[in-house]
Amino acid sequence: MNQKTLDRLRPFFGVVGLVAIWQAAVIGEVIDPVLLPSPATTLSALHTGLFESGRLAFDFGKTVQRAAMSIALASAIGIPIGVILGASEKFYRSVEFIIDFFRSTPASAIFPLFLLLFGVGDMTKVYIGAFGASLAIIFNVAYGVMNARKTRVLAAKVMGAPAWQRMVVVLLESLPQTFIGLRMGATLALVLMITAEMLLGSVDGLGLRIFEEQQLFNMPGMYAAIFCAGLLGYTINLTLFLLERRFVHWAGR
Amino acid sequence: MVASLAVRTIDGVPVDQGDVARHSSGNKRPHVTVRGLTKRFGDRTIYEKFDLDLPRGKFISIFGPNGCGKSTLINMIAGLIPVDEGEILFDGQTINEIRFGYVFQNYRDALFPWMSAWDNIAYPLRFMKVPKAERNARVEALVKRFDVRLNLQQYPYQMSGGQQQLVSILRALIVEPEILFLDEPFSALDYEMTLFMRDQLQRMFIETGTTTIIVSHDLDEAVYLADQVLLLSRAPTRVVDFPGVDVPRPRNALTLADAEFNRVKGHCLDIFQQQVRL
Repeated sequence: MNQKTLDRLRPFFGVVGLVAIWQAAVIGEVIDPVLLPSPATTLSALHTGLFESGRLAFDFGKTVQRAAMSIALASAIGIPIGVILGASEKFYRSVEFIIDFFRSTPASAIFPLFLLLFGVGDMTKVYIGAFGASLAIIFNVAYGVMNARKTRVLAAKVMGAPAWQRMVVVLLESLPQTFIGLRMGATLALVLMITAEMLLGSVDGLGLRIFEEQQLFNMPGMYAAIFCAGLLGYTINLTLFLLERRFVHWAGR
Repeated sequence: MVASLAVRTIDGVPVDQGDVARHSSGNKRPHVTVRGLTKRFGDRTIYEKFDLDLPRGKFISIFGPNGCGKSTLINMIAGLIPVDEGEILFDGQTINEIRFGYVFQNYRDALFPWMSAWDNIAYPLRFMKVPKAERNARVEALVKRFDVRLNLQQYPYQMSGGQQQLVSILRALIVEPEILFLDEPFSALDYEMTLFMRDQLQRMFIETGTTTIIVSHDLDEAVYLADQVLLLSRAPTRVVDFPGVDVPRPRNALTLADAEFNRVKGHCLDIFQQQVRL
């Protein structure tokens, strides 16, 4: 095997290693077989859940839908507010404490409040995810706008750019930081979503699936659902990463 | 438009456009007039009732001790920072009524990284209501005229520092400015690149004859490039001297050994040291 092929395969070594250790642990019965089913059994549960019974696929879809709505809502609220706050440093300084305080408050602490405000419906979970995510987005967008390089804005002004064109410069300047906010927010929204689905009397979603399978002691099903949650988180991150590389190609350069 | 004139020579020696224009028209009116300029930062007075005339079509270097307000002066003339009192006019017009170019010291922060170098150069034309096809044509003409050998489809961050600053200068020249300002444009470049860029700038000046004002902290550079060196005192700043540099263009490495060049440089250095010692 030549060096190039070897380098291309390198990222999979860890995965193969982990599955091998898992299989070895099952064969050696290091852990109670009820708690740790074999990789093959888990994979088969994943396949059944996604393509045969379709129950897991349905829950997966529900969570994807809610997470997407959460992130979209958080962006729709967080980006404009962040821009407005960032545009005036004095304004930002006067609300900085509130933002920092709520950003530091564990978002799960507001579950009961949101239950009272919005009931147990589907949208409550979307709102909770959006709440957590929007704070991260507001914070990062505001800093991105505030730290927009003065020289670039001045350069635009010197070249005769009208006010709205200078604003475009500021917004483009803040994009790298905005993407940092989006990634942080999306991760947080997903965490909150899964937790809310477990705790807030949900009737579907990955959080509920994981919780139910655990209650039923159906370990292969539980692992399959956990895997789906991981896959979703990874996909969201990867998507934002690719979007960033496409649209903010200059970030960090 | 001055920029459309070709390089003129007398007995094979290129002459800058200003001389030609001035001699032919007999017009000795200064290009820039500064009257009663006052600028304070807090309690520190940098300029007090400061007057200055800058000639048309000349390359002028501004040189002086640290903190004397070299950059402040050029920035006030270019309208980047407000004056407290006084008036700065360009042939009787304000900065907002004329076309000018400005090159920042920090090219990294002055170019737009989201645009290709080409689009960066064309950017100022957008605000002059130049249609897109003509914008491209003008960039093409400019690049051809100065024989720029750069891949302008690259983004600024894909270029070296010198290349980025060259793009900045082209962006300032695309509007065919009546006056060009440069604030320590080469101070962030390595020595080899600085030498190359000085000659690029000189070439552009010979070619266009645009009134050019450069702030420099390097005396060799200030004298090498200039027709006249504006020597400033410590703050509150006044003009100590404004000697001419009567050395033919294009200047090159041999200029550094030229008697007149060294006489002017020595004179500037004397004045500078007097000012620093005060």
